[in-house]
Amino acid sequence: MAIEKRTDGRKFDQLREMEAKVGVVPRADGSAMFKIGKTIAVAAVYGPRELYPSAFQNPERGVLRCNYNMMAFSGSGNRVRPGPSRRSKEISLVTEKALLPVLDLSNYAGSVVDVFVELIQTDAGTRCAGITAASMALADAGIPMKDLVSSVAAGIVHGNVVLDLTKEEEDMEATDIATSFATRLGKITHLQMDGEASAKDLRNALELAKKGCEEIKKLQVKALKEKYEGGKND
Amino acid sequence: MSKLLIEERAVVVPGEELAEGMDYLPGNEVIRDGDKLISTKVGVASISGRLVKVVPLTGCYLPKKGDLVIGKIVNIGLSGWRINIGWHFEANLNLRDASSDFIERGADLTKYFNYGDYVVGQIINVSGSKIIDISTKGPGLRKLGPGKLLNVSSTKVPRIIGKQGSMIALIKEYTGCKIMVGQNGLVWLSSDDPNGVILAMKAIKKIEQESHVSGLTDRMKEFLEKESKGLKKESKDGNREEN
Repeated sequence: MAIEKRTDGRKFDQLREMEAKVGVVPRADGSAMFKIGKTIAVAAVYGPRELYPSAFQNPERGVLRCNYNMMAFSGSGNRVRPGPSRRSKEISLVTEKALLPVLDLSNYAGSVVDVFVELIQTDAGTRCAGITAASMALADAGIPMKDLVSSVAAGIVHGNVVLDLTKEEEDMEATDIATSFATRLGKITHLQMDGEASAKDLRNALELAKKGCEEIKKLQVKALKEKYEGGKND
Repeated sequence: MSKLLIEERAVVVPGEELAEGMDYLPGNEVIRDGDKLISTKVGVASISGRLVKVVPLTGCYLPKKGDLVIGKIVNIGLSGWRINIGWHFEANLNLRDASSDFIERGADLTKYFNYGDYVVGQIINVSGSKIIDISTKGPGLRKLGPGKLLNVSSTKVPRIIGKQGSMIALIKEYTGCKIMVGQNGLVWLSSDDPNGVILAMKAIKKIEQESHVSGLTDRMKEFLEKESKGLKKESKDGNREEN
């Protein structure tokens, strides 16, 4: 099957339209919005603040606590049952593990940094959009970081290695590989695969995801600088 | 070959490369990774000689020894007080650091500082595990009287105080307010004239919003001059306040 184009007319290595904004939740210590295609993620960071129950405290360094949530109206038609589910718990954990390697929480012993990721609208790639938004929100909150984390999914649809799948493509028995990169460090902080892939395809998919993440990183940097450079005229 | 990769006063983000080579040294909020200097926070780059540092534009207050802070008494124990200074752990105010008066064993400590009182204190010690000791013994350290408390971002405090206290002196001069600025981002304002307090609040909010734009002092002077018309200027010299 030789398919030249994807369902939405994109090239195989092309990301969907992106938009990023920092400081969208005024009450939070740090916040960010990341939109990729029809997927919109909003992340808010609170803390560092005291962690209770105190049994969860770590006397050596701060604790990162992530919460991923899809809003009831966010899906494509079907109502998402609100509240924690097996899936959202898993993605919360994955988000946490994807962000921790770049964070330096050693100054915040005994406290917690809370990250809340809310998906307002979803069209595949939600965990990646969430991680990308959370990374910007953490920088906005002033938590020391070695690098920003950018995240995107690559996949294999009808034998073609493609970047940034939509829900439509995901449903075509595709292999979905969600990855997060700390691009400056050149390290993968998160890698998940759903489906089957040959070693060669996986390597190609990761290469593609890396390129996508570099593009996303540029947007993240731009969004952060936009907030803090605003009004600067010297 | 060492070279700088950014300009002085550029806004940088976490993970941004600031300089290359071993000739430059990492300052505050900057780490070394291989032969590169990396920023760890969103902030403004500042280069002095070989030292590259980042002045953060955002983030929570980190208690340091010697900082002057404003805090609220939240608990009273047998041998001292617990003070909330906005940091996520309460600070200790020990009896012997509280007053130069002799406090008898078993005395009623609420006579000195009661629950809910705000005090100005100096951090005398921060241990590795973030146990913070505060002293209220010293010039200017005391219980705060009635007034207005403002919460500002602790990263803006240096701009509110200004170079050698120039900015704060400016606000005091034009508004006739008594002002106390804690490094933790709490600002205490007091004046007989409520309009003066309102103007000072406006001025501090303005500084907070425009702190990264250069020429701040001149603009603030202009602003205060315009706004302070009709404000009765009294007891200018009667409100010296230590910062």
